[in-house]
Amino acid sequence: MAEYQNIFTRVQIRAPVYTGVALPRGAWVRQTRGGFIHLLGRFGDAQIGPIYLGTTGLLSLICGFIAFEIIGLNMFASVHWNPIQFVRQLPWLALEPPAPSNGLHFPRLQDGGWWLMAGFFLTTSVLLWWLRMYRRARALNMGTHVAWAFLAAIWLYLVLGIIRPVLMGSFGEAVPFGIFPHLDWTAAFSIRYGNLFYNPFHCLSIAFLYGSTLLFAMHGGTILAVSRLGGDRELEQIADRGTASERAALFWRWTMGFNATMESIHRWAWWFAVLCPLVGGIGILLTGTVVDNWYLWAVKHHVAPMYPHVFPPVIDPATLPGAMK
Amino acid sequence: MSDVNPSKRRVNPKLRIYSTLCAAGIGMLWLAGCERPSPDVIQGGYRGTAMEELVNKRIDAAQAERNIVPAAIPAAPADGPLASSVYQNIQVLKDLNVAQFTRVMLAMTQWVAPPDQSCNYCHGANMASDDRYTKVVARRMLQMVRHINSDWKDHVGATGVTCYTCHRGNAVPKNVWFTSADESSTSGLIADNAGKNKPSVGLSSLPYDPFTPYLLGDKNIRVISTTALPDGDRSSIKQTDRTYALMIHMSESLGVNCTYCHNSRSFAVWDTSTPKRTTAWYGIRMARELNNDYLKPLTSVFPEHRLGVLGDVAKVNCATCHQGVFKPLYGVSMAKDYPELQGEMHKAPAEGTDTATAPPTASLKSP
Repeated sequence: MAEYQNIFTRVQIRAPVYTGVALPRGAWVRQTRGGFIHLLGRFGDAQIGPIYLGTTGLLSLICGFIAFEIIGLNMFASVHWNPIQFVRQLPWLALEPPAPSNGLHFPRLQDGGWWLMAGFFLTTSVLLWWLRMYRRARALNMGTHVAWAFLAAIWLYLVLGIIRPVLMGSFGEAVPFGIFPHLDWTAAFSIRYGNLFYNPFHCLSIAFLYGSTLLFAMHGGTILAVSRLGGDRELEQIADRGTASERAALFWRWTMGFNATMESIHRWAWWFAVLCPLVGGIGILLTGTVVDNWYLWAVKHHVAPMYPHVFPPVIDPATLPGAMK
Repeated sequence: MSDVNPSKRRVNPKLRIYSTLCAAGIGMLWLAGCERPSPDVIQGGYRGTAMEELVNKRIDAAQAERNIVPAAIPAAPADGPLASSVYQNIQVLKDLNVAQFTRVMLAMTQWVAPPDQSCNYCHGANMASDDRYTKVVARRMLQMVRHINSDWKDHVGATGVTCYTCHRGNAVPKNVWFTSADESSTSGLIADNAGKNKPSVGLSSLPYDPFTPYLLGDKNIRVISTTALPDGDRSSIKQTDRTYALMIHMSESLGVNCTYCHNSRSFAVWDTSTPKRTTAWYGIRMARELNNDYLKPLTSVFPEHRLGVLGDVAKVNCATCHQGVFKPLYGVSMAKDYPELQGEMHKAPAEGTDTATAPPTASLKSP
């Protein structure tokens, strides 16, 4: 007998492709008829399509493609158009922002102009995609929660790429486009501003990040555990609480004395996920603009604990009389 | 239409192979950063501050084999005629007697000269002649060694250095550096790479030449604000990248973590750093001075094939001596067996003055 499970289900029902609800007036028709892919059915819904592209979607893809090409071709050129070196060195390659001495001027293409242009098209692409998500949600008469959550991530991206650099008066403060280079940038940023771990908004962001994973595991685990009792029909359980909800709730009250509800758990999850980049972005925005050394800031405000000295006192040799440069 | 599996659960064999390969691939990626055996952790700072060194016995054993100190040549008798009275054109080792002088020559032959060339690497038929560039370089290097041993005790301590510290049997030390050619502008409109973004120091994407600004030039290494709130420090992330690259170079050269010198909660603050940071601070100044005063002036002496792409001389950095070890040769002092390399000998020391630490100018004035 075939078994029914929630994820990695071995049961795949094949019915005529579902083409979706009626479209509002003025919308593009949906592209492709849709079909089924067995492998996808092992992870989610086997049906692919119909896809809705629309004006914003199409423009977003075009802008994204332009940004992708500017970044990729510059990377390719940096290894003298050698395809083997391009593949080998890809994680190290990058498109760099203008030098700090450039300030906020639009530099020559080779001196960071390409970076600005790639940033412009990428930002346009992301914002158009956001608009598309918002409009598609409205077209389906849904709430716009997904779009606002996406905007939280865009906020962090904009703070890093344009808002903070403008406040600092230099595009050179921004992040390079590249795999390792953006990671090294992150470390250098923390070093320059005296250790980002002492930035309270960074602390909050981490709490929401880890909190999100914790909530995800708790919620996913709970629903899977009560799906045999009908708990996977979450929305029905919100309106009409059944034994699955009762048991799940009791389980958490037993184990930690408190439980979210079938509805509120989704608000918890949404806010945790949204607050992660939201407060993270605030933390980045304050760095260099309002606070220049987070460690010293934390010492000043008695946030950083002091440890006993285990070494003989170490004096900066540059401060000794007659010290060399 | 229906794709409901029958009771016998059959998996497409191809699918099984693919998923096994995928799992194996992911597994290998997962383990790629692992090293065996699991390292020992040595606590360095106060508990809970993560100031610890990781020690991998397997890697260290291999490292130790490459850092064995060669047996010292038997000491030379202290008496006998001065080499300068017997040989011609002696400019540096004037204070040594013939036996001591010969001992130094023998040591240099073992430590530096290629075995198939031996003395001929520096000397022609006329031993006194300076017609081989290698001899001119070697003379300057002897001055450099004596200078380090007498004037850079802040960095080398009583351990000192010999030719072997860097050369290890190679005519040119294995770890030297040249200023890198600006590869950024390949041509025309191609974006500048800001001197970074290729596998370089410690396999990072950080600036690939952190040496020219700091170990040849004296650009400011300190980029971290000294005030909690903004107070005019405009050090950029790009500058930080270069400092960071220099620090990664030091870490790689010494085979240690950041926490060997710093308490990583604040890289800048000195009073939570370890005393080793002071030694390293002098090390940076020492490398800078050696490059400027001893190596750069030799540029015109070297033949073209010994120079870098920009025509600059091979220079030293931390790796030149350290070669992956926190103290070169694990801190075994070769220099103590070679008083000839310590500084000038055979002069009447002034009352209470230690000849080894007297500055070279003072010793030049002595009779």
